[in-house]
Amino acid sequence: MDKLTVSPSPHIHAKVSTRSLMTDVVIALLPAVICSVVFYGWKELLILAVSVASCVLIEYVITRYMLKKPSTVGDMSAVVTGILLALNVPYTTPWWVVFIGAVFAVAVAKMTFGGLGQNIFNPAIAGRVFLLVSFPTVMTHWEQPQALFGVDAVTGPTPLGAIKEGLLNKVPVPDIMASKGYSYADMLFANLGGSAGEVCALALLAGFIYLCCRRVIKPWITLSIFVTVALTSLIFWGINPARFTGPLFNLLTGGLILGACFMATDYVTSPMSTWGGVIFGAGIGFLTVMIRYFGAYPEGVSFAILIMNAFVPLINMGFKQKKFGRA
Amino acid sequence: MAKRTFSIGGVHPHDSKISRSCAIEPLAIPQTVYISVAQHIGAPAKPVVAVGDKVKVGEVLAEPGGFVSAFIHSSVSGTVKSIAPRADLAGNPQMTIEIAVEGDEWAEGIDTSDTLVTEIPEDGKQILEKIRLGGVVGLGGATFPTHVKLSPPPGSKCEMLIINGCECEPYLTSDFRTLLEKGEQVVVGAALIKQVLGGVPCTIGIEENKPEAIAHINEVIEKLKKVSPKYEGISVLSLKKRYPQGGEKQLIDAVMHRQVPSGGLPISVGAVVQNVATALAVYDAVQKNKPIVDNSVTVTGECFPAQANLLVRVGTPLRFIIDSLGGVPENAVKIISGGPMMGKAVANLDAATLKGTSALLFLTAEQTARKAPSACIRCGRCAEACPMGLEPFLLNRLWKAGDNEKLEANAVADCIECGCCLYSCPANIPLLDMIRMAKADVMKIIRARAAAAKAAAEATKK
Amino acid sequence: MSQTIIWTIVILTVLGLLLSLVLYLVAQRFKVVEDPRIDEVEKVMPGANCGGCGFAGCRAFAEAAVRAPNLDNNYCPVGGNEVMGKVAAILGYEVKAKAPEVAVVRCNGTCSVRPRTSNYDGYPSCKVKAALYTGDTGCSFGCLGCGDCVEACQFGAISMNPETGLPVVDEAKCTACGACSRACPKGLIEIRPKGPRGMRVWVSCRNQDKGPAAKKACASACIGCGICAKTCTHDAIVVENNIAYIDPAKCKLCRECEAMCPTGAIHGINFPKPLDKEGIKARVQERQKKAREAAAAAAAKPSEETNEKEDK
Repeated sequence: MDKLTVSPSPHIHAKVSTRSLMTDVVIALLPAVICSVVFYGWKELLILAVSVASCVLIEYVITRYMLKKPSTVGDMSAVVTGILLALNVPYTTPWWVVFIGAVFAVAVAKMTFGGLGQNIFNPAIAGRVFLLVSFPTVMTHWEQPQALFGVDAVTGPTPLGAIKEGLLNKVPVPDIMASKGYSYADMLFANLGGSAGEVCALALLAGFIYLCCRRVIKPWITLSIFVTVALTSLIFWGINPARFTGPLFNLLTGGLILGACFMATDYVTSPMSTWGGVIFGAGIGFLTVMIRYFGAYPEGVSFAILIMNAFVPLINMGFKQKKFGRA
Repeated sequence: MAKRTFSIGGVHPHDSKISRSCAIEPLAIPQTVYISVAQHIGAPAKPVVAVGDKVKVGEVLAEPGGFVSAFIHSSVSGTVKSIAPRADLAGNPQMTIEIAVEGDEWAEGIDTSDTLVTEIPEDGKQILEKIRLGGVVGLGGATFPTHVKLSPPPGSKCEMLIINGCECEPYLTSDFRTLLEKGEQVVVGAALIKQVLGGVPCTIGIEENKPEAIAHINEVIEKLKKVSPKYEGISVLSLKKRYPQGGEKQLIDAVMHRQVPSGGLPISVGAVVQNVATALAVYDAVQKNKPIVDNSVTVTGECFPAQANLLVRVGTPLRFIIDSLGGVPENAVKIISGGPMMGKAVANLDAATLKGTSALLFLTAEQTARKAPSACIRCGRCAEACPMGLEPFLLNRLWKAGDNEKLEANAVADCIECGCCLYSCPANIPLLDMIRMAKADVMKIIRARAAAAKAAAEATKK
Repeated sequence: MSQTIIWTIVILTVLGLLLSLVLYLVAQRFKVVEDPRIDEVEKVMPGANCGGCGFAGCRAFAEAAVRAPNLDNNYCPVGGNEVMGKVAAILGYEVKAKAPEVAVVRCNGTCSVRPRTSNYDGYPSCKVKAALYTGDTGCSFGCLGCGDCVEACQFGAISMNPETGLPVVDEAKCTACGACSRACPKGLIEIRPKGPRGMRVWVSCRNQDKGPAAKKACASACIGCGICAKTCTHDAIVVENNIAYIDPAKCKLCRECEAMCPTGAIHGINFPKPLDKEGIKARVQERQKKAREAAAAAAAKPSEETNEKEDK
C-alpha cells in the first residue's frame, strides 16, 4: 500500500454493469438466433453478421471520429441492436438493405439523440419500421427457406398477411385458417413464415425467462402486453369470429413475442416504475391488436412500440414510486 | 409466515461476515490516547480538565456543551498532555484531549467485576440521569445522545422500544459478537431503557443470518423472565436479510409496519430505536456506573490476515490498532471506518477511535475502486433499490441543473445516504456523491426558511 | 379540385383571424404594465445572465436598476464601466467608474511542491471532495484541483493546468463576475483590482496552519512569518491567522515583499521586468540595517531614562 484511497461511501458495488446486462440480453437472444439460423440457413447468418457488424462499426465511427469521444461499443448495446434488427427482417433481405437499416437504427435513432440512454425510440424497432416503409416489398417478401440440418419447413405468406389478404377478399377467418392449415402447435414451435425472429415462440420465451431469472428485466411490461392483446382480441373475436382473429392466434403470430420480450422491455425506451410499465404494455397490446384488425399493415407490434415509446416520458412523470413516509 | 422486512427498496450485498467466529478480545492500551470532544451529534463537549491534570479511567474530561450533547470520559488513567485541535480521520481539526497513559487505574465507584446485575430500578428518571452521566450515545452510527432520545417531547407517546441487532452492513460483526457474548447485559440494558420509557414492549430485531444470536437471546430472555417480571414483554424478532434494515426508519417499518413521516422522528409513530451496543452501554452506565470508555471494533477484510473483534479504549489511534494486528496489508488500498456501505474512508491513520467507531475494514483496489461512469441507461435500478422510494437518477439530473425547488419537491431531503443507488447502478454513475450535495443544499434552504418563519412569527408576537 | 383549394384557403384564413383575435384579447386581459426602461436597460446588458451582479440574471438586474434611487449598489462587473455608462444614460443616473477587476487564484501549491497524501476516488468535483475530507494533500486549505471553478465560468476564462494541477485565469476573458469565487469550496479565488496595466501582487496561499505544519504540507505555502509585513513600507500587508494578505488599495507594487518571501508564496504578474530578487533583497536589508541603527541610536538615551523610571 502506497497511499490510502479516499472516496465517499458506498465503498462496494454490485457486480453489475451496462455491459453485463447487455451481454445477458445477447445470451437470452441466442436460442432465437440459433433457431432462425437452423430454419433459414446461411442467408440468415449473413444477415446477422452484417447487422451486428454494421451496428457496432457505425457506433464506433460516430463516437470516435464524429464526437471525438471514447468509443461506447464496449457496452454491447450496439450488438443487441444488431441482433434485434436482424431478427426483425425476412431472411431474404439483401445485405445492403440490412446495412441501411443498421445505419438508421444506430446513427439516426440512437446517436443523434445522444447515444445510449438518451434515445426516445428503440433503435432496432426504428430501423425495422424505416425499412418497412422504405422497402415494403423486400420486407414482406417471403420464400421457401433452405433449411439446415434437414428441418422441414413450410412455406406461404405470414399468417397475419394471409389473414389480411383473405379478409380483403371477404373470406371469413376460420376458412382462411383452415385453408392454410395453421395449427397453434406450429406457431409455438416452428416457422409459419415472417421475419427471422418471429419463427420460434418457444426460443424467444426461453430467452425471456432467462432475463427474468437473471433479474435483468421485470416481467410486468411483457405480461401486460400479452394480457392486453389476449383481452382485446377476445372481445372482438367474441363479437365476430368471422371478421376477427382469436386471442391465441394474435399472441403467437407475428413479432408479438419478440417485441414484447425484447423490444418493449428495452430499459431506455420503457417506463421505470412497475405501474408505468403495466400502462406502457397495455398501450402496446391494445395498439397492436387495433393495427392488426383495422390498419393497412398486417403487423402492428413495431408501430405500437414506437408510438408507446413516445409516451414514456409522460408515463414516467405520472407513475412514480410511493415515497417512504409520504402520502 | 414470510419473515418481516421493510417495504420499499433495499439491496442484497454479500454479507462477508468473515470475522463472525472471532471472540471479542480486549486490545492493549496505547501509550497515548486522543479523545475528541466531538464524539456525538450536537454541540461538542466543553473540556473541564487542564493540561497537566491527572485523570483516572472513567473520570469526566468534558461536559455537555448544550442540550443535545454528551459527557466525555477518560478512557485511560494518566496525565492530560494537551487540549488542542487535531486532525480526525478526514483531516478536519477537532478539539482533542491528549492523555499520556500511566497504568490503568479506574475511578472510584465503577464496578469492573463481571457479575451480572439484573435488578431494574423503579425510577426511570434515575436511570435516565445515569445514562446521561455515563456519556451514552447511540452506537449504531449516528451517535445521537441517548438520554435526549429517551426523553420524548411532551405530547408524544412511546409504544414500542426496538433494539437494533440487524447489523445489516456487510463485514461488521461487533454487534453480533456482543449479542453472543454479552447477551445478558444487552437484555438487561434493553429492560432498563424499557423502564425509562414506561415499560413499553420491547422487540430485539435480528437478521436471519445470525441464527446463533437469535437462539442465544431467546434463551437469555427466558432465563431473565424467571428472575424478574420486568423482563416480560421483551421478545426477539427474526428479520429477513436485507440492507439497509438497520436504518432506523426501515427497522421501524419492518417491525411495526409503520412509516415514519418525512421529516418526522421515530417517536411520531410511537417507536424508539436503540442499537445493541447502546443497550450494553446503558447496562454498564446504570448497573455498573461505568461510562463509555471502550467499545468493540471489528477489524476485518478479505485482504487482512488477522480478523478480529476488539474491545478498544476510546481514543486509541487507528495506527495502533492496525499495527497490533500486523499492519496494513500490502494490497489494501482503502481503510474504512465502519461498514462498506456507509462507513467513512480513512484519510489519516493518526486519527483516533471515537465512541461510535464500529469497524476498520480493509479493501483492495479490485473490491473498492470506482469504475468509470457511463451514460444512464434508465434501467431504474437506483429507484428500485432506494429504501426511501426516491428517484436517484432524477435527483442527480436536477442537481446538475441546479434546480433546488424540484429537488425539494422530489424529497431529496429524505435521503438517508445508505448508498443503495450507487451500489446498484450498472453505469457506475456516482449518484450518491451528487445527491448528498443536493441534500445539503436543500437542507440549508429548508433550515433558512424555517429560521425566517420563526423570526417572522416572533416579530408578530412582539 | 379547385374547390378543395378554395375551401382550404378560406378555412385557414378564418381560423387565423379567429385565433389572432383570441390572442389579442388574452394579451389585453393579462397585460402587465412595465417600465419601458427595463427593456432598454436589458438591451445594453451583456446578456450572459451570469449572476455576477448579485441578481438572478440581466433582466433582474435591469429591474432592480430601474427601481433603485441610484446605481451605487448595482454594478455589472461583466459589462464594466462601458455598459454601466450606457445604463446610467438611460436612467439619468450618475455612475462611479470602478477599477477593472479580475479573478485571482490564491493557491500556488503545484503538484511538485505539494505532495499527494491520498488518492481521491470519488466524483471529480471540488464540492463533493471538500464535503468528504480535507483533500488529497497535506494542506487542508489549498486547491482541490477538480475544476469546479472551470465549470462555473461562463466565459471560458479558467482552465486547469495539468502540470501544476491549479486553475489558470485568462485575464483577457475574465469578466470578474465572481462565479468561480462562489464555486470554490475553499474560497481560494478572490476578485481583485486588475492593477495598472494589469500589474498586481498578491499572496498566493490561504493556509492558516502554523508555519512548520504549512511548510510540511506545501513547500510554497505562506508560513505566516511576517517578513513581508515588516518589509512593506506602505503598510499594505497584514498577517492574521498565520496568513498574509496584501491590501490592493494600499499596495504600491514595489515588489519588495515578493522578493523577500522565503517560500515564494507572494506572486506578482504583468510587470515589464523580471523580479530582481537579489537586488531588492540587498536594498531592503540595507534599509532595515540603517533603520535598526537609527533606532538604536535614538533609543540610546531615552532607553536609559525608561530604565531609571522602571527602577523607581
